[in-house]
Amino acid sequence: MTMPYYVAPEQMMKDRAEYAQKGIARGRSLIAAIYAEGIVIVAENPSRSLHKISEIYDRIAFAGVGKYNEFDQLRVSGVRHADTKGFAYSREDVDARSLANLYAQYLGQVFTHEMKPLEVEILVAELGTDRRPNQLYHIAYEGTITDEDRYAVLGGETEAIAEKVESAWQADWSLADAVHATVGALAGPDRTLGGADLEVALLAEGSGRRTFRRLTSGELDALLA
Amino acid sequence: MTLPFFAPTDDPGPDFAGLVRRLRIPHGPVAPDGRVPAGDAPVALRHGTTVVALRFADGIVMAGDRRATEGHLIAHRTMDKVFPADRYSAVAIAGAAGPAVEMVRLFQTQLEHYEKVEGVVLSLEGKANQLGQMVREHLPMAMQGLAVVPLFAGYDLARGTGRIFTYDVTGGHYEETEHNATGSGGRDARTTIKLGYRAGMAADEAVELAIQALYEAADEDSATGGPDVVRGIYPLVATVTADGFARVPDDRVAALFASLIDRRRGEGAQS
Repeated sequence: MTMPYYVAPEQMMKDRAEYAQKGIARGRSLIAAIYAEGIVIVAENPSRSLHKISEIYDRIAFAGVGKYNEFDQLRVSGVRHADTKGFAYSREDVDARSLANLYAQYLGQVFTHEMKPLEVEILVAELGTDRRPNQLYHIAYEGTITDEDRYAVLGGETEAIAEKVESAWQADWSLADAVHATVGALAGPDRTLGGADLEVALLAEGSGRRTFRRLTSGELDALLA
Repeated sequence: MTLPFFAPTDDPGPDFAGLVRRLRIPHGPVAPDGRVPAGDAPVALRHGTTVVALRFADGIVMAGDRRATEGHLIAHRTMDKVFPADRYSAVAIAGAAGPAVEMVRLFQTQLEHYEKVEGVVLSLEGKANQLGQMVREHLPMAMQGLAVVPLFAGYDLARGTGRIFTYDVTGGHYEETEHNATGSGGRDARTTIKLGYRAGMAADEAVELAIQALYEAADEDSATGGPDVVRGIYPLVATVTADGFARVPDDRVAALFASLIDRRRGEGAQS
């Protein structure tokens, strides 16, 4: 019988974290920001059908960066959780906080117990009501959960992007201002991004109970002009 | 509650009813293991009654009375029997009220669930089939006297027209070209619509005809509620067009009933 090599737990965690970070850094970043009428989520994504941002429930959106198949599995699981919870209890009992906690538990569990950590970072956003503020929960690959009250940046090299968003930030800014600033931050100094390179979705009060809406590339071009 | 995960070879996909079964969330009077409680149905069950649907030029009109009965008693005066199934379709129910409302809730969630998981909306025909499967699964309960017979109609975005589907207790569904009505007063309602129907009617005419059909049904059938002028309760009328599901406002329905009643008085109605 061969004895496995001893690996210190610190080293093992470090290796896993590095592995996950590398995987996440390969993809493009994503920004969610609170604006005057709700929450806007902006991702660099040339695909029209493989979405990074999606609807979970009436007032809850999901966004992920990293490996598509891994965060998409998390998204579907979130939709299932929210729909069954709303069906078993009531629509108003579905909230982002409990969903974000479940995601954090799951990611933490996979990070410590499975062969390979998930190479994803996800965001759960909830549009507020009169009694509840807007919520942005940012959950990292190892299950760390942070609650942001203005904006959240997901992805590999977030520091430079976050700095740019921070410097442009205004309380209660308009959708056009928020989209301009976030797209500028994603593009960096050397590039420009147009409607076709972006995926943008909103959580904002509209005509019905479902508040999630995607912006078309035409609408985006108009906002960016 | 935990996050539901399934192995890729064992995934329920966009099927919400299947998911609910897998997670053993109770729904309807059927036990989670699919067994039907034995014995005869209790006598005093709430029953839903007359619902109608008809096509007009830009879509469909659907309407239903508000009365629920338990045996010979009126159990509820403000029941809704017409529901939006999703943005472009509506479902109306007749039969045992409890299971019927539960079926609608499952159906509504199923359509939205499919849309979110798959990222595309089901076709109108796909929605009609889904409802058929739910009615079929309900067949054992129907055999015990708890039948649910829905009426489904919507706007087919691909074809650019309104379409109506009727069901039987076995889940069989049939597309209607013009109109239909179901429930205990369905026969009277159907006759009224048949006499007043023209292809390509305007929305206003179709709403008026639906209201007239419900009036006639309530006139003949004790389990169908007419306009309740004293309490201000009127049948629920909705349209589905290219702009989606819209309820006809209560005050408009009230005004249409008022003018219908005035006309009848003027004619000196005896029968």
